[in-house]
Amino acid sequence: MTTEPVDELKPHPETSSLTGTPILEVEDLKMYFPVKSSGFLRRTIGHVQAVDGVSFQVRSGSSLGLVGESGCGKSTTGRLITRLYEPTAGRIEFDGRDIANLSERELHPLRRDIQMIFQDPYTSLNPRHTVGAIVGAPLAIHKVVPKDKILARVQELLEIVGLNPEHYNRYPHEFSGGQRQRIGIARALTLQPKLLVADEPVSALDVSIQAQVVNLLQDLQREFNIAFLFVAHDLAIVRHFCPEIAVMYLGKIVEIGDRETLYARPNHPYTQALLSAVPDVKQAKVGGRRERIRLEGDLPSPINPPSGCRFRTRCPIAQDICARVEPPLLQVGPTHKVACHFPGEVGKHPEKPITPRLLGVDDSGMPDLAAGPATDLPTGPGYSDTWFDLEHNTMGRA
Amino acid sequence: MTLNVSELESHGTDDLVEVEGLEQSSVAGRSPMQLAVARFRKDRLSMVSLFFSIIIVLCAIAAPILVAAGVLHPNAVHQELLGNDGVTPKGGWSGVSGSHWLGVEPGLGRDLGARLMLALTYSLAIALTATALTVFIGTVLGIVAGFSRGIVDGVVGRFIDLTLSFPQTMMLLALSSPAVLFLRTTMADVPGFGVLEDRDRATGLYVIIILAAFGWPPVARVVRGQVLSLREREYIDAARLLGASRFRLYFKEVLPNVWAPVLVYVTLLVPAYISAEAAFAYLGVAIKPPTPTLGNILADSVNYTSADPWFFFVPGIVLALTVVVFNLVGDGARDALDPKTDR
Ligand SMILES: Nc1ncnc2c1ncn2[C@@H]1O[C@H](COP(=O)(O)OP(=O)(O)OP(=O)(O)O)[C@@H](O)[C@H]1O
Ligand code: SF4
Ligand SMILES: [Mg+2]
Repeated sequence: MTTEPVDELKPHPETSSLTGTPILEVEDLKMYFPVKSSGFLRRTIGHVQAVDGVSFQVRSGSSLGLVGESGCGKSTTGRLITRLYEPTAGRIEFDGRDIANLSERELHPLRRDIQMIFQDPYTSLNPRHTVGAIVGAPLAIHKVVPKDKILARVQELLEIVGLNPEHYNRYPHEFSGGQRQRIGIARALTLQPKLLVADEPVSALDVSIQAQVVNLLQDLQREFNIAFLFVAHDLAIVRHFCPEIAVMYLGKIVEIGDRETLYARPNHPYTQALLSAVPDVKQAKVGGRRERIRLEGDLPSPINPPSGCRFRTRCPIAQDICARVEPPLLQVGPTHKVACHFPGEVGKHPEKPITPRLLGVDDSGMPDLAAGPATDLPTGPGYSDTWFDLEHNTMGRA
Repeated sequence: MTLNVSELESHGTDDLVEVEGLEQSSVAGRSPMQLAVARFRKDRLSMVSLFFSIIIVLCAIAAPILVAAGVLHPNAVHQELLGNDGVTPKGGWSGVSGSHWLGVEPGLGRDLGARLMLALTYSLAIALTATALTVFIGTVLGIVAGFSRGIVDGVVGRFIDLTLSFPQTMMLLALSSPAVLFLRTTMADVPGFGVLEDRDRATGLYVIIILAAFGWPPVARVVRGQVLSLREREYIDAARLLGASRFRLYFKEVLPNVWAPVLVYVTLLVPAYISAEAAFAYLGVAIKPPTPTLGNILADSVNYTSADPWFFFVPGIVLALTVVVFNLVGDGARDALDPKTDR
């Protein structure tokens, strides 16, 4: 990824206040896809643990960025939120209502409020429908506008996303990738949603027009007060767009926090490795450069993930405890959580694991009666006003 | 009324088009279908075949009108044109003359040209109706099977295999008398189906039903195959996300994307069914004279291979030309819709 679009991006307010009421609250969300044997009986021989217990909040009118390598479950999470999939377990509370297990019929009215922008503008628009039919479809399906008013509304929407409203009778193949993505955005906007799941909305686009589309999304967010779940692997764009960011690895959130903390002081070795691979505009201007941390090995299979910490097979600082006990997603700052036994800034990871006392194990991860019973750690979404103080190794508050 | 120029200029300009550097004008307003039509028109053989198939269709449409208007007389008997044996027409060449361009039938001396023209009407009507029914069944079952994983898909799949492995001709012959009888009696009693009392109509319907009942599996297979890949497209997800009904998903989102291969199938089914009608007639399952079909004329003509060769050849040539011309149009349509396939 080049840094070009970043320079063209409009400035964003550098506030990191993660206040505001959550419109979406996800707790312990799981999606296991069955793996079938080939052959006649097609028995289930295992499960792809695509998403395995993620919790987060998206605040009204704000946006949460979801980053991670390919295959870590970002799209699956997005598709669970929009209920294209029914989760294996977990809670999806939208606007105060758990929608995780609603039937298609019960979901129907809610479909207006949660929409999605797809990654590939070439397969997300029906090639046999005109732009007018595509953007007007939501209106026809939900019968919110009388038939003779649909065209006027469609043209209005095309104008909002920066397309020529007179082009409503053209077909998708007559537009460029960027314009197609705008059509997809117009379709998502048609029903005035409260939450938009944007699954890598610009990664299929030419670098030179990515910034335009991101800026458009930002304008729309401000104008219509839409909350975003913004999935991307381009960290520069997520940083620009989202005040809060969650880093996923193999179906789990390994670190989540406000933008400033996460980029300036990442505590998880995986986040550090991800960030070191991105050229940092600000540091580049100063003349400094991050030390690049290389990730060894391939992503393990989500069918058979490593025991304990899932990142341990590639982690440069892994120890015995990492294979034995899974690190909890522990709050370590006012708006910062990390799932690691040795959290700390680059080069400042503690020598001893910080978690044994909380988990009731010894430093190598063996059960330890002397350590006492495991502490009840808060595991829900959102942040509490008490957290684990890394400097003093105690639960406390600032 | 005067137009405000500045208003016109501000209207419809799209600076983003320039920014993203897209050449719009060359393809403006052309759907994939229009592009296919343009390709079809460039192919000379396809256009010539299309021209002739249109003439054939026009003949078929015109025939009953001309009969009603008293111009064509397909059933007028001309004993005076037959020779001394009372069978073969006088003067060789089946009695071709200014008033009987294609000669007359041996035996009754009816005008062959008039009979063939009206036969086109009946044969095409049967072929087109059977094609429509075939495509309808095949497309609906194909879409349903392709979309629903699991049991429904499996059931339709087995059904396809079963139908394909069925001895179609045996079935056709064995069932013909009881089925036609059923249509003429039991079905004809159902209000609205009284017309089936007529033997020709009942037989025609029976032929149509048999053709469609055994013709749909390949269509269903083609459609199912298409749907299997189409259902993974993101625009299907997008439609689901909007709360689209099953009906909408099947017939508004998917159907417009499968009908290209279906269209090709249609153009190839019509000639196949025209020849199938002829084959059925040869086996004795057909509308009977005096109502002419290509099948029953042809079945009659094979009795005169040596006694009246002209009468033997002409119906065969008409049938062959019709089938070839329709087939060429079908081939052209396939090439135009899918430019990647080679001939
Ligand atoms: N429908 C499915 N059936 C079975 N496995 C699936 C399905 N969808 C996703 N997976 C698996 O789940 C895992 C997570 O996939 P997902 O698409 O969510 O990843 P992602 O983070 O979006 O990756 P990318 O950056 O490549 O889009 C992958 O291992 C994938 O193979
Ligand atoms: S828990 Fe262990 S393996 Fe996992 S990230 Fe932390 S140090 Fe690495
Ligand atoms: Mg993805």
